[in-house]
Amino acid sequence: MLAFIIRRLGVLFLILFGSSFILYNLTAITGDPIGDLRFSTDPEIEAQIQELERFLRLDVPPPLRYFIWLRGVLGIFTGNPDFGATRLRTPVINEISAAMPITIRLVIFATIFAIIVGIALGIVTALRQYSRFDYSMTFVAFLLFSLPIFWVAVLLKQYLAIQFNTFLADPSVTLPWKIGIGLVGALFWGALFGRTRAGFWKAFTGVFIGTFIALTFIDQANWFLDPALGPVLIGLLSVGIAFGITYLSTGLNNKAALYSSLTMAPLTLISYFAVSSSLNSSSSIPQLLRYALITVAVAVAVSFLFARIDRGPVIRTTILTGLLSAHLIVVDKFMQTWKPYMEDGAVNFRPIPTLGQAKELLPQNEFWISTLDILIHLFLPTIALTLISFAGYIRYSRGTLLEVLNQDYIRTARAKGLNERTVIMRHAFRNTMIPLTTIMVVDFAGIVGGAIITERVFGWYGMGTLFNRAINTQDLNLLMGVFFITASLAVIANLIADLLYSALDPRIRVGTGK
Amino acid sequence: MIKQKKKVEDSLVASGENAIANKEVEGLSQGQIIVRRFLRHRAAVFSVFFLFSIMILVFSAVDSQFGPIRTNGWWKWNPDDIPELRFGDCPNDTIGCPTISVVPKFLGGDGFGLGDHPFGQDDIGRDYFSLVMKGSQRSIQVMFVIGFFAATIGTIVGAVAGYFRGVIDNVLMRFTDFIITIPAVIVGSVIGSKFGNLGAIVLAVYLGLFAWTGLSRLVRGEFLTLREREFVDAARVAGASTRRIIFKHILPNAVGVIIVAVTLLLSGAILLETALSYLGFGVVPPDVSLGLLINQYQDAFTTRPFLFWYPGFFIISIALSINFIGDGLRDAFDPRQKRRITKKEKLAAKVMKRESV
Repeated sequence: MLAFIIRRLGVLFLILFGSSFILYNLTAITGDPIGDLRFSTDPEIEAQIQELERFLRLDVPPPLRYFIWLRGVLGIFTGNPDFGATRLRTPVINEISAAMPITIRLVIFATIFAIIVGIALGIVTALRQYSRFDYSMTFVAFLLFSLPIFWVAVLLKQYLAIQFNTFLADPSVTLPWKIGIGLVGALFWGALFGRTRAGFWKAFTGVFIGTFIALTFIDQANWFLDPALGPVLIGLLSVGIAFGITYLSTGLNNKAALYSSLTMAPLTLISYFAVSSSLNSSSSIPQLLRYALITVAVAVAVSFLFARIDRGPVIRTTILTGLLSAHLIVVDKFMQTWKPYMEDGAVNFRPIPTLGQAKELLPQNEFWISTLDILIHLFLPTIALTLISFAGYIRYSRGTLLEVLNQDYIRTARAKGLNERTVIMRHAFRNTMIPLTTIMVVDFAGIVGGAIITERVFGWYGMGTLFNRAINTQDLNLLMGVFFITASLAVIANLIADLLYSALDPRIRVGTGK
Repeated sequence: MIKQKKKVEDSLVASGENAIANKEVEGLSQGQIIVRRFLRHRAAVFSVFFLFSIMILVFSAVDSQFGPIRTNGWWKWNPDDIPELRFGDCPNDTIGCPTISVVPKFLGGDGFGLGDHPFGQDDIGRDYFSLVMKGSQRSIQVMFVIGFFAATIGTIVGAVAGYFRGVIDNVLMRFTDFIITIPAVIVGSVIGSKFGNLGAIVLAVYLGLFAWTGLSRLVRGEFLTLREREFVDAARVAGASTRRIIFKHILPNAVGVIIVAVTLLLSGAILLETALSYLGFGVVPPDVSLGLLINQYQDAFTTRPFLFWYPGFFIISIALSINFIGDGLRDAFDPRQKRRITKKEKLAAKVMKRESV
């Protein structure tokens, strides 16, 4: 195992060396870094050109100049890496460390959503293979594969930002809209849950009526301008979460899991009243993480009360229920922040932005308002990125699950008399996740470099913008810096994926044989 | 007792299913089976027709040139013409609105007709229909050139690496890894910003030189398994040369994988081209491409959305039909693929069996 890692690391360095060498020379030979200065009429231009040439070491031919650059980068091992300086004389490393968190913020939610939604839909389509739902999801996946993201982005800006903001000026959901949204939702959920025709109509009617009532409630309670969950809804939703999670993970027959998850509902309500005063403008992310840890501890304690034997699944179920319910309290707090946010002068009742990563003019020391601002700025880019990347997860998880369901061990599990839920969730789903995990790791590393277009369309100043600038101004050091980071992430992710694969699937052994 | 009878019936149905599957391919050649399977994929067949119609429309409407071949278009405007800009008769005081109408007269529309400028006009009055046609021509040409180069290089590298294994394989695959590490958009942008002004086709060739990596890995894997098969041994014993074994014996067996991968590569190529042109690193003005059109007119979306919809519609149609064709081809070439047996056929098989028993 250790030998495998060392060998792979060696290859990894060779690959990085080779590809950076290719890119460096490709760019250096084809580009002219002082091209923009040649046509200048400035009397000082000769001196400027000479100064820049000296600064960029243009007297050294590119293949040799590469090694000057490489020597700086190899400083990683001695603890002081030097990626060179940009043409504006700022260190490349500073620019990258400022841009990196922004890009990660941009892609992380989209990746998580894409994974969750994609895998869930993929599994349902596999379970309903060759149904109408399967066919329509296949079509949707192919359609999303074929969408250029810049095109989607313009549509989203128009309909989800500009027109939605206009709608928020005088929000009221009219009857045709209620019926329309209800029908679309009912069709989707009906197809998702209805195994038989009768089941379809049952789900269809239920969802339609539910959506209709929910929309009427949102309209009447003025949720578009002043939303809040309040203790009643939090309580009800917690009970719903408890039932849902228990149903999916252990089944409702496991009384210990059900009771301990249900216990989390009153506990959530108690903590809602307990923490509401401490969630104020001086809150912080570490504080919320601390609360999350406390929730986990309480969940473990509760499950110990109820479960005598086979505690593992009960503990997992309760922790998940507890975290999801506690998360409602945070959601509620954000909803309460919506009204002051809308009334702020910088927002002025047009909350959904089309450009940028945060509003500059907002009060800086208000935790909830500035966090809400960041989240709202993530709204459109996240939808765009999710839309184009979750199609792949649908197709891939569908294919993998279908393959897994054909395996002998699934037949064995069924033959043992396990119910369908256990067969799917415990035996099939977990094995489906093995190849999917490795894809996720690689995907996430790739998307950091691949968000160039998204950043451009939505005006974010991340790695993509940096890269754009590097190309447009012939800034070789900056370009190589961006490339080095994204490429290193990609190869390291590949290595992690391989190791993860062998850790998750004991049949695969890395490092043995060829 | 009843249960047992049910079991017997089930097994009868099961063998009936096999009978259907076998009966269907009786006396057919491999090629015929593939064509049959492909024709069964309705979406794919429809996509083939659709894509061909789009290509015929696009290449015949305005003047096109590819190498020495030149054709004249039947449409009255060319992208270089600057007819008078229409205004006054457009809704919302916009300029150069589209004249196409598809709502029939009895529904209160103007009947079917193209009008002078079916897709409208751009800022200076150029006919947008001819611009979109020209842009689609460029995008499709770029797509096929990328596809051609990527397919050729990828197949050769993969075949050589997979067949010879050992040192050659190691060297070639590490070289592939070099190329794979560089994200496609980065390579594209670097190349595009240098070679974009040399013309779209040159750009496409350079992009093709970097797009073959995925395919070569796939072909290598296929060759690694195929070279161990008996028919390869037989060919070698019969004295066939290495080149003959690779091209006459192994390659035809790997062609399914290659065709499917190339199809999907094509839809990726058209999206790459449009994305690069959108970023300004691809096709540059005065040339036209679909991504460039969207880039130029995205700000006009609120007032003149047609400048945005039509190029987008062509990008999506082309990419979508290629994706469906790829799906159909995968189904057709995959020998493990089992076809869904409908209830009706099951019933027919059951009846058939019972009668013969």
